[in-house]
Amino acid sequence: MNFTNFGKYILLLKAVFRKPEKTKIYMKAVFQQMDFIGVGSLGLISIIATFIGAVMTLQIAFQLVSDFIPKTVIGSVTRDSSILELSPTISAIVLAGKIGSAISSEIGTMRVTEQIDALEIMGINSPGYLILPKILAGITMVPLLVIFAMVLSITGGYIGGTLSGAVSPAEYIQGITTDFNPYTITVSLVKAFVFGFIITSVPAYEGFYVKGGALEVAQASTRAVVVSCIAILACDYIVTQLLL
Amino acid sequence: MIEIKDIHKSFGENHVLKGISGKFEAGVTNLIIGGSGSGKTTLLKCMIGLHHPETGSVEYDGREFTQMSFEERIEIRKEIGMLFQGSALFDSMTVEENIMFPLNMFTEQPRSEKLDRVNFCLDRVNLEGKNKLFPAELSGGMKKRVGIARAIAMNPKYLFCDEPNSGLDPKTSIVIDELIKELTEEYNTTTIVVTHDMNSVMGIGDYIMFLHEGKKFWEGSNKEIAHTDIQELNDFVFASRFMKAAKEKF
Repeated sequence: MNFTNFGKYILLLKAVFRKPEKTKIYMKAVFQQMDFIGVGSLGLISIIATFIGAVMTLQIAFQLVSDFIPKTVIGSVTRDSSILELSPTISAIVLAGKIGSAISSEIGTMRVTEQIDALEIMGINSPGYLILPKILAGITMVPLLVIFAMVLSITGGYIGGTLSGAVSPAEYIQGITTDFNPYTITVSLVKAFVFGFIITSVPAYEGFYVKGGALEVAQASTRAVVVSCIAILACDYIVTQLLL
Repeated sequence: MIEIKDIHKSFGENHVLKGISGKFEAGVTNLIIGGSGSGKTTLLKCMIGLHHPETGSVEYDGREFTQMSFEERIEIRKEIGMLFQGSALFDSMTVEENIMFPLNMFTEQPRSEKLDRVNFCLDRVNLEGKNKLFPAELSGGMKKRVGIARAIAMNPKYLFCDEPNSGLDPKTSIVIDELIKELTEEYNTTTIVVTHDMNSVMGIGDYIMFLHEGKKFWEGSNKEIAHTDIQELNDFVFASRFMKAAKEKF
C-alpha cells in the first residue's frame, strides 16, 4: 500500500464512521456479519488451532531433549506460544484468506455492477452501510475466535503430546498451569482486536475502489489477502513491541 | 426542472464534456442521445453527483447541486430515482426487499404501509406477485422493470434512466419506454433518459439533446429531428438502412 492508497484508505474510514442513516438496519447487518465472520469460521479455526497445538507440542518435545529440562516445560511453552502468537496470528492470517477475499469480492462486485452507485443515488452513505457492520463484526468476533483457538490449541497440544508419548498427561497439565501470567491473554486480545479491524477494513478498501470487471475484482481480492497478511504481521510486531 | 450550465469534465488528458448547457423540464421525457463515447453517460453522472465536473453548475429547481455539502446532497438525492443500465439490483435481496430498501432507510412507515407501496410499484410495472423472487431469477426486461419500481418507490421528483433499453428485445424496449413516459406525465417528474436507441428517440423524445464529441450539437423534439440538416445528427439518427428508408418515405 503506497502513500496515496493509505490516504484513500484513511478517507474511506472517515466516511465509514459517519453517523448511520438508521441504526436499526445497521445493527441487523452487524449481526449478519457476526454470524458470517464468527460462526462461519468456527470449523476452520477449530481444525487449524487443534493441529497447530498438537504439532507445536511434538516439536517442542523433540527440541527439548535434555535431562536438565523438566518435561513440564513442554506444556508451559505450548501454552505461552499458543496464547501470545499462534492463536491470534495464525487465526488472523487464515481469516484474512477466508473472510478478506469474501469481503473484497462482495464489495468489488457491487462496485462493478453499479450497486454502490445505486446506494449513493438513494442518498445512502455507501461506505458506512457496506463497511461499518463488517468492521464492528470483525473487532468483536475475531477476539472471540482467538479465545476459542487458544483453548483448542492447548487441548490439541495435550492430545498430540500424550498420544505420541512425548509428554505424560500429568506433566503437560502441570506445565500449562504453572507460572501462568494472565497479562498474556490481554496482549493476545489486543492483537485480535487490531487484526479484526485489518481483516475487514483492508479488503473492504480494496473492493470499494475496484474499476473494471470480473478480472479486476479477482485481482483486488488477491491484493486484499496479501496486503492484509502483511499488515497483520507488521501490526503483530508493533503490538508485541509495545505491550511486552 | 433541471438546468445545467457550461459543464466541463476531463479524465486525465481526455476532455470528455466541453461546456454543455441545457434545460430539462418537468412532465416531459428528456432524452440525451449520441454515439458511443460522446459523453452522455458522463454528463448524466455529473448531473447526479457520481462524477464531479471541473466547471459548470447543475441546478435542481434552482438549488445548485455541485457546490452542496455531503448532507445537502443527500437531501436532494432522496428526491432522485435512477434506473441503471444493468439495473443494479441488490443481489442478496428479493424483489420486495430491493423496492422496500429506500423506504426502510428513509421513512418511519409501518411495515404494512411499506408493503402496500411495494405492491403498488410492482403493479405499476406489471410485476405483481413477483415479490419473493431474487434478481438472479428475473429476465433482463423484468430486472429493468424492478429497477423502475425501486426508482419510483420514494415518489421521486427527478428520474434518471441510463440506457433503459440496452440488451432488451424491441417489444420489451417499447414497454419500458412507454412506462417511463407514463410515469413522467402521471407524476410530473423531471425525467432524463440517456439512450442511443432510435425507437426511443422517435417514440418518447419530447426534448432531445444530441451530443457529439463532448459538445451539444443539437436540441429539439422527435418531430423536428427528421428535418434537420446537421450532418453529424443525420449520420447518427439515420445510420441504419431501415431508418434511411423510413426517412425517404417520410
